[in-house]
Amino acid sequence: MGDFVVTLLTGLSSAAALFLVASGLSIIFGVTRIVNFAHGSFYMLGAYIGVTTVQSIGGGAVGFWVAILLAAVLVGLIGVAMEVLLLRRIYRAPELFQLIATFGVILVIQDVTLWIWGSEDLVGPRAPGFTGAVTILGQRLPEYDLVLIAVSPLVLAGLWLLFNRTRWGTLVRAATLDRQMVSALGVNQRWLFTGVLFLGSALAGLGGAIQLPKGGADLLMDFNIIAAAFVVVVVGGMGSIGGAFLAAILIGLLQTFGIQIFPNSTLILMFLVMAVVLIFRPWGLLGRPEIPGHGVVEAPEAPLRPAGRSLRIGGALAMAFLLLLPVAHLIAPSLVGDFSLVLTIEILIFVLFAVALHFIMGPGGMVSFGHAAFFGGGAYGAALLVKFADAPMEIAFWAAPAGAALLAILFGWFCVRLTGVYFAMLTLAFAQIAWSIVFQWGEVTGGDDGILGTWPSDWASSRVAYYYLTVGFTVAGILAMRRILFAPFGYTLRAGRDSPLRAAAIGIDLKRHQWIAFTISGAFAGLAGALFVYSKGSVFPTSMEIARSFDALLMVLLGGVHSLTGPIVGATALTWLNDLFSELSYWRFLLGATIIALVLLLPDGLAGLGDSWAGRRLGLASPGSESGAGPGSGSGAGDREAPA
Amino acid sequence: MTALLEVSGLSKAFGGVRAVQDVSFAIEPGELLALIGPNGAGKTTCFNMLMGQIRPDRGAIRLKGRDIAGLPPHRIWRLGVGRTFQITATFSSMTVRENVQMALISHKNASRRLWRPAAGTETAQAEALLERVGMAEQGDRACSVLAYGDLKRVELAIALANDPDLLLMDEPTAGMAPRERIELMSLADEIVAERRIGVLFTEHDMDVVFAHAHRIMVLNRGQLIAEGAPSAVRANEQVREIYLGSSVEAGAASGEGAS
Repeated sequence: MGDFVVTLLTGLSSAAALFLVASGLSIIFGVTRIVNFAHGSFYMLGAYIGVTTVQSIGGGAVGFWVAILLAAVLVGLIGVAMEVLLLRRIYRAPELFQLIATFGVILVIQDVTLWIWGSEDLVGPRAPGFTGAVTILGQRLPEYDLVLIAVSPLVLAGLWLLFNRTRWGTLVRAATLDRQMVSALGVNQRWLFTGVLFLGSALAGLGGAIQLPKGGADLLMDFNIIAAAFVVVVVGGMGSIGGAFLAAILIGLLQTFGIQIFPNSTLILMFLVMAVVLIFRPWGLLGRPEIPGHGVVEAPEAPLRPAGRSLRIGGALAMAFLLLLPVAHLIAPSLVGDFSLVLTIEILIFVLFAVALHFIMGPGGMVSFGHAAFFGGGAYGAALLVKFADAPMEIAFWAAPAGAALLAILFGWFCVRLTGVYFAMLTLAFAQIAWSIVFQWGEVTGGDDGILGTWPSDWASSRVAYYYLTVGFTVAGILAMRRILFAPFGYTLRAGRDSPLRAAAIGIDLKRHQWIAFTISGAFAGLAGALFVYSKGSVFPTSMEIARSFDALLMVLLGGVHSLTGPIVGATALTWLNDLFSELSYWRFLLGATIIALVLLLPDGLAGLGDSWAGRRLGLASPGSESGAGPGSGSGAGDREAPA
Repeated sequence: MTALLEVSGLSKAFGGVRAVQDVSFAIEPGELLALIGPNGAGKTTCFNMLMGQIRPDRGAIRLKGRDIAGLPPHRIWRLGVGRTFQITATFSSMTVRENVQMALISHKNASRRLWRPAAGTETAQAEALLERVGMAEQGDRACSVLAYGDLKRVELAIALANDPDLLLMDEPTAGMAPRERIELMSLADEIVAERRIGVLFTEHDMDVVFAHAHRIMVLNRGQLIAEGAPSAVRANEQVREIYLGSSVEAGAASGEGAS
């Protein structure tokens, strides 16, 4: 009994930080419709800044709490800086572009934190007056846990008063329901957005600072909390504070009790709950369904054209480069080293992965946050066959895409029932479930140690042979997907994206087509995974983790989602940049800053450069290029809101 | 002989609001039937039930004798029902011709073909349909750049792609200039006569209604209050009182809608 009560109280106290972070995330999403990936970073900053403010103010009975609140305010101001300097400039860009921007912010904050506070974990200061433990039914519980338990309801009450008793709060609630209406009523959205960013970020900062006596500060906090915070927001209902409160308690309890009951499947439990909620109540426990028809209308995409002259020439040059690179390597190994082959193999693998993701994201309009499930699914499918059946490469290579396709059939059946951000969240949940299984089922998958010894067959074991194998599969994969997009199936997919209403009114069973597309995309991602596992000789859970999914997302979005060449350009650029910067000590900062700069300068992605005014001046675009020089593909922000 | 479309006892309530109550009517091939009524009368709800967007609470919808109530929109289309929308819905990333080709591809059950390029499929038929609605010259333009009146014509071509027996047109002339209205409705008249299609349409413009409808139904607060030939409806006291006030004659004469 004592055990149970103490576990219950521990769960409630761990829900506090989760609730603070999730409520901030939820408020920001509700008003600005931005999925702020950097929210976990604000939580981490709250903890680090908290350590510093407590040190400088002193940890006395009053000083400690003043320092904690000061940390929250400072983080709120950092949130404001992000809004004013970055997000404000791209509100008119497609919604997903803001997502990449916040992803760039994560990388920058990681390295800035490392630079200021160093790589060592910091021990949090103790809270004066709450350093001991209380005994409950024979079990000891830290006194500070009781403080944390009290915090959530207090903050919830404060937010309730703010949203229901102040004019500003009323505006925030109104904007959450219908942003366009609020702006039509003459409310200055800028201040509303800035204020919301302050409040949301400050809540995350408070969450990070207030958990200091319990958890301290470390550099992994950002990614560790963000996944759980997403789960809480989705389960509770996006934009609903009460929902976030309920869901935070649910997840907090699930985690503490889960460790006792299923010690090996704690990670799965959380995402399983999210998946179940999304399947049966997509808008969350206390959220409400999206009111359709009021979203930001994006500029229509230009019609698809067969490859024009410049694309044909570009493709031929790229192909010639790929085929001749090993020749150059054999002739002049000092100039074209072994490493250039290794890097090109890696680039090709991620190009194939990005093109597979783009297949559903661009023409299909389905944004997956969890495509690493299929990349990793293919990689693990091949590796497991090698480990348990001693399968040769020739068999494992075909089994990988087949296995990934099966996984996509299973996940896709649930996912295609949802749309937009809910679809994205469900793919994330499934990917995390798959990752947790791989990570925690050590007997089969090797857990964190991965699976080693997946080397190519003899004929493909030389670097050059494997290089040509990769070129062959990648080019074949890209051409196959391109062919499908130009076939009736691809047109049908785009039809469903352009107007689901019209698609249904000409007899198209959209969900079925989306399911098939999801499966095709999964299979090619699995093929990329197989190429990856044989190029490395091993596979680890990292090939399935969130960061890998986000990498692919970043490649597609940076390359330009409205162009078939976009993912190729994006994956090449990002993989190459990653490699270039990885030698340097603050490579995350550089990469993040580059991403932010690209977002600000090229809202249509790298491939969109060809369409832009500058691109035309430089002669990068041709009338025949399929990324569309046709009318309606204008990159100006002004035509983003033209009615369809 | 069963009617082309036979609706009986159709009802739908949203919460406590009875949007459509016990509505019954029938359409014969080649007939243009107008459904009119003030805003909030239940016209759109009625339409959405016929097309499968909303499942009716009660009642039967029989298409050529077969009950289609509760079927999803894409199944209903396959049974021979075309539709145009109040706010045009076309595929903005495609050309005019591709929009029509898309409908033809779906009609031929070819939408799952993965290999042969779509560009060459059903071109002749798409051209013929565009020719019929007077859009042949604009086949290569992107749908996203068309004038609104032209978009309505493209929608009509799309709706004809599956050779429908029944055409549902929701406010076919909304948002158009007076001249375009006349042209579009004359076109619809011709096509209906040619192909013996039954048409159900809603409309706010009384000129259009009285000039083109063979029969008119008046819906008010979810109930059918009158039905009959245009002259009979025009003379109906209840209709004048509840819906049109006394402006039927005025509206028909001056071209002002009753909206």
